[in-house]
Amino acid sequence: MAARRHLALTAFAAFVFLFLAAPLLIIAVTAFGEASTIRFPIRGFTFEWFGAVFASRSFMSSLRLSLVLAVYATLLALAIGVPAAYALGRTTFRRNKLLRSFFLSSTFVPGIVIGYALFKFLVIGLRMPVFAGLLLGHFLVVIPYVIRVVGASLEQFDFSIEEVARSLGCNRAQAFAKAVLPNIGSGIVAAFMLAFINSFNNIPVSMFLTGPGISTLPRTLMSYIEYSYDPSVSAISVLLMAITVLLMYGVERTMGIGTLAG
Amino acid sequence: MPYAELQDIRVTYDGKTQVLEGLNLGIERGELVSLLGSSGCGKTTTLRVVAGFVEPAGGRFLLDGKDLTRTPAHRRNFGLVFQSYALFPHLTVFDNVAFGLKLRRLGPGEIKRRVDDMLGITDLAALARRYPKQMSGGQRQRVALARALVIEPELLLLDEPLSNLDAKLRLGMRVEIKRLQKRLGITTIFVTHDQEECFSISDRVAIMKGGAIEQFDAPEAIYSAPADEFVARFVGFTNFFELTRVGAGRFRDSRGDEFEVDADREVGRCVGAIRPDDIRLSGSSPSDSGAVPGTVEVRTFLGKSYQYELSTDIGRLVANAPKDQAFEPGSRVFARFPSSKIVLC
Repeated sequence: MAARRHLALTAFAAFVFLFLAAPLLIIAVTAFGEASTIRFPIRGFTFEWFGAVFASRSFMSSLRLSLVLAVYATLLALAIGVPAAYALGRTTFRRNKLLRSFFLSSTFVPGIVIGYALFKFLVIGLRMPVFAGLLLGHFLVVIPYVIRVVGASLEQFDFSIEEVARSLGCNRAQAFAKAVLPNIGSGIVAAFMLAFINSFNNIPVSMFLTGPGISTLPRTLMSYIEYSYDPSVSAISVLLMAITVLLMYGVERTMGIGTLAG
Repeated sequence: MPYAELQDIRVTYDGKTQVLEGLNLGIERGELVSLLGSSGCGKTTTLRVVAGFVEPAGGRFLLDGKDLTRTPAHRRNFGLVFQSYALFPHLTVFDNVAFGLKLRRLGPGEIKRRVDDMLGITDLAALARRYPKQMSGGQRQRVALARALVIEPELLLLDEPLSNLDAKLRLGMRVEIKRLQKRLGITTIFVTHDQEECFSISDRVAIMKGGAIEQFDAPEAIYSAPADEFVARFVGFTNFFELTRVGAGRFRDSRGDEFEVDADREVGRCVGAIRPDDIRLSGSSPSDSGAVPGTVEVRTFLGKSYQYELSTDIGRLVANAPKDQAFEPGSRVFARFPSSKIVLC
């Protein structure tokens, strides 16, 4: 009886897992088909579509933009988010809770709303250049991840360690650099990767803030799918997934995915 | 003039709650002084003022005649040991101890010599390459101590350093701290809530309550002459009764009976106190008048002795009596207070 229930549970779990993974697997497989439209199962086997992606100027320039944007937005978010997380973790004011919610608020607001608000304010109102607008938008999207993840590793940190460093001769800045930073390093690496992924994959905010001739990769991919249905879409999806998986693996190795929940 | 001196220190949190209200404390060179009190009495805040982590709203902190009130923590050169040990998790024992010396820009040879010396004194030489995670609580505490001592601090500040250790280790560590402190002659402030720990180790004890010092004296003096009822309770007095002075060394209790008290004090009325161990119980009325009759309410077995709760005309009393002299609950007994054991507060 117990064994049968165990079997049923295993089957159910396998089904859920299949349901989650199958679409991704199918897309990945279709990237290698020879036919000029996406179909499954595939006929023949070719790397041609990957070649097409790398040969496409619009794909390549938007990939470059996405990478540069993700790096800058993430660095900016770290520059502001790490001190913010430190201040939130170090002090115990009553208004802390409010501040924390404020910093995390952009995860509660739909991306499309943030995108529209920024479009209205930055692009229409302030006539900000496209890249600057995108950078600000992505910064806003990723900063909650930085504060969350760095905050989580600061929660494990005993601040009397920092005080001991000060008593031994460190000024405030030295104490942070020599006693705090080395012990939240894995948190910062994890925050970097998560923020990077979220900027790199973002669509709703980019939709509003990209301009003529300047587009991020997911945005370019979307408009491409509207008009064409060839396996280069699958090929680029494989590339996007590969980058994300690689980064998530990095997060797992440094801190554990578990830190992102709770 | 004391070596370290807190003058009229006031600390408030959020501009409202008074944590320290005009605290004064003077510590002599080479002395080990404890701040003793229950949680919230201001002892840790006092230590943090001395360390430079809390800026007082008023008052001065002097060391060797110099005003350090506004000197930042990192320029004070004080050694600090916390209850949580607060070792640098990313550094080995050697590098933990060397941390303060590297900041002082000493040469590598000098650093190595001094760290090795200190690791030798604290019996840690074999563990120099270990990380804090790989060590026991007692070993970590010794590293914390070595790290604080190696910079040759002007003051050593210990914040409940033994509270995380088990009872047996605590005993050994406290002897160890005392030994190092005397050997190196370092003026030390020790914060604790453990009365026994503190009395065994300190040259003088400051008992704190509500942000002020109730009594500051040698352990023996506090033990035999507590300044007030609060201090008396803190050092183990459980029996208190009203007294009125009727003559030199003679006091009358609320029933009208007279007591002789060695510790005379020229006051009209006061409170007498005595420890459970010091009350003498007997089953029959003694010949002298001072005995207080009472009834046994509760008897508890303490191992070496019985503890009795008595109801008497002067209030409830707690008394300990040896095992061979057992009284049943409900029986009538007489409590005598030796004149040398009564303290007045």
